[in-house]
Amino acid sequence: MILEYFQMIDRIVEIDPDAGTIRAHCQVPVESPIFDGHFPGYRRLPGALMIETMAQTGGWVILARRRFASMPFLTRVESAKMRRFVEPGETLEGTATLTHDGSGFAVIQAVLTTGGKTAASAEIRYAVGPFPNETILAAMTQKSREIGFPEEYLHVS
Amino acid sequence: MASTFEAVADIIADTCDIERDQITPESHAINDLGIDSLDFLDIAFAVDKAFGIKMPLEQWTQDVNDGKVPTEEYFVLGNLCAHIDKLVAAKS
Repeated sequence: MILEYFQMIDRIVEIDPDAGTIRAHCQVPVESPIFDGHFPGYRRLPGALMIETMAQTGGWVILARRRFASMPFLTRVESAKMRRFVEPGETLEGTATLTHDGSGFAVIQAVLTTGGKTAASAEIRYAVGPFPNETILAAMTQKSREIGFPEEYLHVS
Repeated sequence: MASTFEAVADIIADTCDIERDQITPESHAINDLGIDSLDFLDIAFAVDKAFGIKMPLEQWTQDVNDGKVPTEEYFVLGNLCAHIDKLVAAKS
């Protein structure tokens, strides 16, 4: 994870677009300027970034399901719970299950765990539409290759 | 259609915090009720779940943008409910 660049997912461990499931590995950095402010003398991963991590985890399974033909954008977070503090250096596992694949939107149920214990959970909704421009499509494609997104889900067959 | 309208109107009232008696079959979701695109996605989610369908919003949007149909075709609630009924019938 590079928190200050919102790069939350280090590696996709498993992804099954047909089942709508994903498991991702996220290594919380030991050092980040984020921890200077959150909090001085009590460094913890902000809950907002836990939500972002869950949103990105679910986003990748939506991208896979749409074969990169459209991009999900976070629109709503429901029933979010931050169940425990996450410290610098901890390893997070993000899991998400697509619960509704609508037309132009999608809904996932996501969970973050650390050491086998739930750190956060939420229902997350997205608007799903065309990539806004070629720059973001290229950046997302590049990122997909860096984190082990399967090549076969990059294109509509 | 009547029961479909009642269910859809209840969904809209709950989702968008609109007085239920303001919602009629003649209401235009955008022009009369002020529903924005984000709220409409939440309405679509609730309608999909309630009726066990998948409203083809992307196709409908394309149809409107291409000038094939006016917005009233999908955003006037009576018309929307007629489309929902067709989707439900097609499913069974």
